[in-house]
Amino acid sequence: MEGSFVNIFIKAAFIENLVLMYFLGMCSYLAVSKSIKTAFGLGLAVIFVLAVTMPINWLIHEHLLSENGLFGRDLTFLKLILFIAVIASMVQLVEMVVEKVSPALYNALGIFLPLITVNCAILSGSLFMVTREYTLGETIAFGLGGGFGWFIAIVALAAIREKIRYSNVPAPLRGLGMAFLITGLMGVAFLGLMGIDPAALQ
Amino acid sequence: MADVLETKVAEPKEPVLAFGKKEKKLLTDPLSENNPITVQVLGICSALAVTSLVLPSFVISIAVIFVCAFSNLFTSLLRHYIPNQVRMIVQLVIIATLVSVVDYVLKAFSYEVWKQLSVFIGLIVTNCIIMGRLEAFALANKPWKSFLDGVGNGLGYGLILIGVAVIRELFGKGTLFAGSPIEMSIIGPSASYWINTAAESGIGTWFSWYANNNLFVLPPAAMFIIAIFIWIHRTWRPHLVDVS
Repeated sequence: MEGSFVNIFIKAAFIENLVLMYFLGMCSYLAVSKSIKTAFGLGLAVIFVLAVTMPINWLIHEHLLSENGLFGRDLTFLKLILFIAVIASMVQLVEMVVEKVSPALYNALGIFLPLITVNCAILSGSLFMVTREYTLGETIAFGLGGGFGWFIAIVALAAIREKIRYSNVPAPLRGLGMAFLITGLMGVAFLGLMGIDPAALQ
Repeated sequence: MADVLETKVAEPKEPVLAFGKKEKKLLTDPLSENNPITVQVLGICSALAVTSLVLPSFVISIAVIFVCAFSNLFTSLLRHYIPNQVRMIVQLVIIATLVSVVDYVLKAFSYEVWKQLSVFIGLIVTNCIIMGRLEAFALANKPWKSFLDGVGNGLGYGLILIGVAVIRELFGKGTLFAGSPIEMSIIGPSASYWINTAAESGIGTWFSWYANNNLFVLPPAAMFIIAIFIWIHRTWRPHLVDVS
């Protein structure tokens, strides 16, 4: 049983990386990857929000919305609104904590901290969890793995962008344009991981 | 990034529905100078997910224009009554309601398109352009201006989306508007295409080397195309170049 949690973690982090395979959570990924420090902070925030919201959403989906839940009828049409509400309140909580603990990081993240709410990676994590019918343990593994994959991807991009500042890139392509190209190339590289079965690696 | 359009409204006596130079600027600015995708970097996810075909991109663009404009309008109307601590939840309720409206309207009037798009319509909720404009503009501006800002940003978003989709569908599949009544088959190896690469004679023989490029159907192609758009855009408007 523990093996399957590790499988799901590795699969979510590398083989089905949320950013590089599904291209989810792109906006903050591109905009906050200018320096490793802010990328690191945002990556940690995403891991935290994913790891906390997904089990909560799982409990809501299983015990309130499903047919054998508290209300005894199929209320799954409410899942989008409820998931978003949970995510929004968690993000607001993270925002308050970061503001108190590290005002410098808070200023650096700027508008992109509230935008974690609309980070597609977070909502799609909860939606994947529903369509793939994970158990609670698998959901936690998937949340941690997905967040970890997102974290690695944004730190890697930030590191490349910090180095590429010393290269002679054509002026109009500098910054954002190069970020798009690098992400595209990373995505092509990650296409090569498609189809690897983590169970076979053990 | 995320150039915040913090324009404080100076003249309080202005008529409610004026359409002057400032209002026109709100509409045209997001088309190029402050484009949501290439300058503000908002709403990239759906730009990658939907753009492998033109028709879904077109429908999504219209839906985003609608949701963006009216969520801006309603948030702006409520801006003095929303407590700062819960503003995101209020905004999301507004957005989610409008997205549900779009969802049901599309389901009622065009069931085929709705079936094709159902997931992506839901994902408009998490489209950061809408939330970004609410945070950056609608919370600090009057309703009419916010409405125009929403329309303008939706248009700027649709412009890029349809541009990317045309390139991806043409080179990836050889068609345009596939699945709609005005479907055009441009280039491909059978007689139903305008340029028939398998033909024995005529213009098709010049293109006998041509094959659809499957890379254009994959999401990374959208990254490369948007990068090239940014390159062209910033060559044309050098003041947008990143200094860092």
